[in-house]
Amino acid sequence: MELTLMEGNEAIGRGAMAAGCTFFAGYPITPATTLYNTMLKLLPPTGGICLQGEDEIASIGFCLGAAMAGMKTMTATSGPGISLYSEQISFSIGSEIPIVIVDVQRLGPSTGSATKGADGDIQFLRWGSSGGLPVIVLTPTDVKDCYELTVQAFNLAEQYRCPVFIAANKEISMTRESLCMDELQLPPVVERRQADPDVPFMPFGVSEDRRVPDFLPIGGKRLVRQTSSTHGVNGYITTDPAEIAMMQRRLRSKIVGAVGDFTYFDERIVPGADTLIVSYGITARAARVAVGRLEKQGHPASLLVLKTLWPVPEAFIGEKAAPYRRVVVAEMNLGQYVREIRRLLPGKEVAFVGEMNGELITPGQIMEVAANG
Amino acid sequence: MDSLLNAHRPAVFCPGCSHDRVLHALDRALTEMGYIGEDVAIVSDIGCSGLFDTFFNTHALHGLHGRALTYATGIKMARPDLTVIVTMGDGGLGIGGAHVLGTCRRNIDLTLLVLDNFNYGMTGGQYSSTTPREAVVGSGFLNSVEKPLDICQVAGAAGAGMVARASTYQKDLVDVLKDAITFDGFSLVDIWGICPGRYTRRNKLTPGEIAATLARLPDLTDFKAQNERMEYGKAYRKEAAMLDNPQDPVRIPATCVAPQTGRQEVVILGSAGQRIITAGELLCLAGASAGCHATQKNDYPITVMRGHSVSEVILSDRNIEYTGIEDPSVVIALAPEGVNRRRQMLATLSPECLIIKAAGIELPPCEAEIVEIDFTARTIKSPDWALAALAVLAGRGQTLTGEMLTAALRLRFDPKVCERALAVIEGVTI
Repeated sequence: MELTLMEGNEAIGRGAMAAGCTFFAGYPITPATTLYNTMLKLLPPTGGICLQGEDEIASIGFCLGAAMAGMKTMTATSGPGISLYSEQISFSIGSEIPIVIVDVQRLGPSTGSATKGADGDIQFLRWGSSGGLPVIVLTPTDVKDCYELTVQAFNLAEQYRCPVFIAANKEISMTRESLCMDELQLPPVVERRQADPDVPFMPFGVSEDRRVPDFLPIGGKRLVRQTSSTHGVNGYITTDPAEIAMMQRRLRSKIVGAVGDFTYFDERIVPGADTLIVSYGITARAARVAVGRLEKQGHPASLLVLKTLWPVPEAFIGEKAAPYRRVVVAEMNLGQYVREIRRLLPGKEVAFVGEMNGELITPGQIMEVAANG
Repeated sequence: MDSLLNAHRPAVFCPGCSHDRVLHALDRALTEMGYIGEDVAIVSDIGCSGLFDTFFNTHALHGLHGRALTYATGIKMARPDLTVIVTMGDGGLGIGGAHVLGTCRRNIDLTLLVLDNFNYGMTGGQYSSTTPREAVVGSGFLNSVEKPLDICQVAGAAGAGMVARASTYQKDLVDVLKDAITFDGFSLVDIWGICPGRYTRRNKLTPGEIAATLARLPDLTDFKAQNERMEYGKAYRKEAAMLDNPQDPVRIPATCVAPQTGRQEVVILGSAGQRIITAGELLCLAGASAGCHATQKNDYPITVMRGHSVSEVILSDRNIEYTGIEDPSVVIALAPEGVNRRRQMLATLSPECLIIKAAGIELPPCEAEIVEIDFTARTIKSPDWALAALAVLAGRGQTLTGEMLTAALRLRFDPKVCERALAVIEGVTI
């Protein structure tokens, strides 16, 4: 076995290259800067483009323009930058512009602590854009996940024409860790579906059996219209309530209705357990240790690690939790995703382990709550 | 082709709106230059100027207020052959000011037409960044206490390759637009016009007055020579073509044997300049050379060359899950800055833990075994203490071996630096 040392941000960058990323733009911000550094090393020499915007709004705007010109694009920032991305994220959602957005979370609120980790943006990523339409959010637990999930993120952005977030954390992105490159399981690369050359092009038209419009690039032989305004299938403003309603429903259903196709997870089912620990991101790793120790101590608990947080894989979580009396949610914040779990499991006791102090949640903290139910 | 205007969507502006004239002048400029629709992208944002993209039969992107230049930059970088024209009002100019400056500095081949009518037409005629102080607009007295912006001087100072002022009503407007579109770099044309729906309801402004005022404004011709340079995309591609291809990640074969099994937690406490992070990396590489999994977490302040530097390394023959330090096997204490960051950890160390500390470093009372090294007496300089401490550890056969450390040095450094590092190791182990 050969090992490679890599930090999470480099793994995201290399995953992006494996997925066919050709364009990156960002604005320096700890702890996302090393991803920008990685892309600056990887893209320009290989014919790709890596830009530094005058601010975060410009950086994501560059990406949206390049994405509409046909490129696979990614940007990366932390909480303060996601705040500035907000209006551009809603543009990407409403106008179906594929983009991968990496949020290397740091301790907030506001400028917070640049070099401390947290998972404090989990509800913000879902709800931090106008209009309230769903987005896809994937959460890596380690360097290997960073690599693999980034390829998945690009594939999903292409397939569903939407923003796909990677909710990383300083504790993963800036932690160097060993990885066996031969053990990486990268999915086949997906390209966005190009429009049929023999049919008149409707920028937002979908056939009855599909939920995602076919794509043509700005700058190609056939004219393309893109707009951030409420539009009909032809890309022009519409005021027709029926057409507006149809478009909004489609933007929702194309994401929410497909979550079964991209519900990524790990699990450890421990015989005899009546408690299920649910976790994600860096905290999932403490939870894995906790589950091992609890079993040895005679307090068996099972573990579900979610790598797709949004849209909430509702049916999946319901099925996984069904055999258990009690659920413990562990996350590096003061209670965000636990809201979703409580909503989905009204009949069960749902306990919570969380903290916002810039430190990792320890296996011991999770064990204490899991064992004392 | 006679016109690039969209026959199915005839232009609709308020009666007498200057935008209508600019629209037709732009259409004439493009058609006389021989463009067809697929050659051109019109990028617009919010406001009355944001109607332009719908009236043209070209590629079109209509985005958020003030952000048109950001999309246009992405499009132009992706499609260098496309002619990209951005329309913006004096509103977009103000809210997107940082993007205007950034685009001027880049000198990317976009043409920005500022349709400047001195107020926000769509929202009721509030003041913009170009509203004269004496104008009566929808913002009460607020515009009277702010100085309007001369975007042309700002753009020139920011490095725009070509800057021009124009009146909507001047006879050669089409030629001005052609020059701007032809220019190989960023061109900005500030086109003054009348907003009859809002502005001239309460303010007197005529084409003649616009011409007279424009004539009195500072001359811009010097900017062209001052800002002359290669277009951004061309310069970018030229620079990029000279770069070496990136290297693939290094794969480390397991050529050594680790002295211990199980999880080893090593915490290195030092200060900036002591190469603490590099030592942590060396330890990870040493581990990998023995087939051990490794994690490294670092803690340092935003200042460079001042303050604490802490590296936490875990080596294990199994997958490492929790990356935090629970029960350190080894602590290397080289500076009070680092020690102070981990006082609580030091106070709870187990008797099995080994501390390697530099002479003179004060530690809180603890139960761990302490080995003190006088690096200075061995003529080892502070930046090499962390490496020397690793050599001490290797000498004791704990966590790593001399063979693993040598393998790490060969992986991390070029031969010259490696030889120097090997000399440091020799200095401490004799």
